[in-house]
Amino acid sequence: MIKSIKQSLIVFAFFTLLLGIVYPLFITGIAQVTMPYKANGSLIVKDGKTVGSALLGQNFDKPEYFHSRLSAVNYDGTNSGASNLGPSSAKLMQQVGDSIKQIRKEDNFPVGDMPPDMVSSSASGLDPHISRANALIQLKRVAKVRNIPETEVGKLIEDNTDKDFIGIWGHRGVNVLKLNLALDSYKKS
Amino acid sequence: MPWYLQFILFLVILTGLAVPLGEYMARIFDSKKIRRLEAPAYRLFGIDPTKEMTWKTYALNLVLINVIGLVFVFALQRFQQFLPLNPQKMGPVRWDTALNTAVSFVTNTNWQAYGGESTMSYLTQMLGLAVQNFLSAAVGIAAAIAFIRAFARQSVTEIGNFWVDLTRTIIYILLPLCIIFSLFLVSQGVIQNFHPYVHATTVQGQEQVIAMGPIASQEAIKELGTNGGGFLNANSAHPYENPTPVTDYLEIIGLLVISVALPFTFGIMMKNRKQGWVIFFAMLLLYLIGFSVVAWSELHGNPLLAKLGVEQGLNMEGKEVRFGQLASIVFAQSTTVTSCGAVNCMHDSLMPLSGMILIFNMAIGEVIFGGTGTGLISMIVYAIITMFLVGLMIGRTPEIFGKKLEPFEMIMAMIVILSSSVVQLVLSAVAVSHGFGLSSLNNAGPHGLSEILYAFVSAAGNNGSAFAGLNANTVFYNLGTAFAMLVGRFTVIIPALAIAGTLVTKKMVPKSVQFPTDGSLFVVMLVSMVIIVGALTFFPVLALGPLLEHLFIYAGKVF
Repeated sequence: MIKSIKQSLIVFAFFTLLLGIVYPLFITGIAQVTMPYKANGSLIVKDGKTVGSALLGQNFDKPEYFHSRLSAVNYDGTNSGASNLGPSSAKLMQQVGDSIKQIRKEDNFPVGDMPPDMVSSSASGLDPHISRANALIQLKRVAKVRNIPETEVGKLIEDNTDKDFIGIWGHRGVNVLKLNLALDSYKKS
Repeated sequence: MPWYLQFILFLVILTGLAVPLGEYMARIFDSKKIRRLEAPAYRLFGIDPTKEMTWKTYALNLVLINVIGLVFVFALQRFQQFLPLNPQKMGPVRWDTALNTAVSFVTNTNWQAYGGESTMSYLTQMLGLAVQNFLSAAVGIAAAIAFIRAFARQSVTEIGNFWVDLTRTIIYILLPLCIIFSLFLVSQGVIQNFHPYVHATTVQGQEQVIAMGPIASQEAIKELGTNGGGFLNANSAHPYENPTPVTDYLEIIGLLVISVALPFTFGIMMKNRKQGWVIFFAMLLLYLIGFSVVAWSELHGNPLLAKLGVEQGLNMEGKEVRFGQLASIVFAQSTTVTSCGAVNCMHDSLMPLSGMILIFNMAIGEVIFGGTGTGLISMIVYAIITMFLVGLMIGRTPEIFGKKLEPFEMIMAMIVILSSSVVQLVLSAVAVSHGFGLSSLNNAGPHGLSEILYAFVSAAGNNGSAFAGLNANTVFYNLGTAFAMLVGRFTVIIPALAIAGTLVTKKMVPKSVQFPTDGSLFVVMLVSMVIIVGALTFFPVLALGPLLEHLFIYAGKVF
């Protein structure tokens, strides 16, 4: 028994060092040398300042920007999470009803079905994407406020839509942060 | 590509990877030769790798390393404020949360009452939690290999050397796979650094603080070891854990592949490959039945949402755009049939019948591929019960895979099947009838019952996913789920090793008089047994929770 305990302690110490120190440091080393941008969070720096991550959603509510999905945690990058409201939740139905009303008004979209991602909150609270249907509904508003032709905005949406991986896997989400940054630089040019 | 073709492609790739992996694992564990890579480890441990153990010694060592792990992970959380690699200055984790987390990671459950990025230091994550991800997976696989040997050997008392099985699992299987997988994850955008959290000023001028950390190295084993404990609170829904549709696909394959491979390992080691395929098909059939219900229920949409004007009533609450419906459904089904418990969508917000299937997957004891190792063990225990009934029906001494079944094995098998169910139902009943259980609810009505039931089913099934609306970080839930996790883990592994210990001493019945277990008849019997046992135990509570909620939704009632 004593011998077994001693052996267990040695095995535990050995694997703790191997798997808890050597392995993560090894991966960090390779990642930092070969893929530093990705390993450090795909951060987007503009004029020397970090404006966010290409992979993370952030809050957009001004009319000149495409709006991100709803976030149950208000885009808090240190506390990701969802509403966790169930499918029979009165609160959820209230929220969905309210955002549908708001969008119908804001985007002058009086009839027609809402894209599901447009009126629901995401799983992480940091979803960087919106669906194309969602973007196309917002297109008119953004084009009008910014006084840019709708076709040009449509092109920017196209440019900032994720491509399928080797033509098979993908969902063609529109990256909201990249799209809005593209809009801002379009304005300047 | 249409969704059903995508799904078929997924099954083909998964099986295509699992078959060779199963062969490889059989070769690793059957090998008498001590290779150069492992020999120094045994010298360091001071063990003789050629000396095998009885089931009691095997189980003793297995329990010992788990006890050490438990104490270590608990202490690490309590003292993380004094230790390095804590740029966010995380304080000590509350005692009940720390205890729950230690139990959770040691038992391969990875139930999380905490949010990673707001609770744990980098050191706690990598030195405590990630190490247990490896060890708990390896312990499960080692136990399964020992269990298989009961059918591969006869008239001996030894079932293998625990330290050798553990070491081989880690250095020949888990670690190489994790190195490849984690580097691929980084190439897609999963982060791997030790920086303090980044302060960004968003385009609209607000502050957004972004969590960092050595995530990729932990993410890889989280899937491959069917652990499921996310580095970040949103788990695999978080873009830093699962940034693209491709990582998502690979994470699903990663969390299934070892458990899918093990039936093949089993077939090879007991020298009847067909037997391995038969177990695989039984698991696959159960997987597909559950998948169909979840897919129907999600793709059918929510009539309440349809009425409000949402396109087809499709439910995107708690789902991510980059995964969409199908990848969310496949992930949810896969993570609950294996004991992984990682999530890429929030199960709490899924449609009621989806939630019902997920609960059922875990409640039957994680046998549809299941946790690494424990899934195969539990499925064979179901096979033992099936063969016992078959023996009774045709009136001869029951046997399985050539080994005679006697009262001792049957008692142990019943402990494996029943103890988790008892804990799941009794603790749920306690929670729904007391204020300390009900005050944690996020949803009212029948969905509330589902939230509580899911918690205890997940814990005792060693799954670890949650209807995350439930506030589980209370003393009651921390202690209750910790107890359920311990029962769920050790009343499977220890009785299984005991069964192995007695079966291995028995002589093999000649093939000519064995009841055939490698045909489609056996698949049907085994699958029926799993469904019947699960349905008999859980139908009443499922009727009051998800089924009732489903009916209310169609009647237009909300809570």
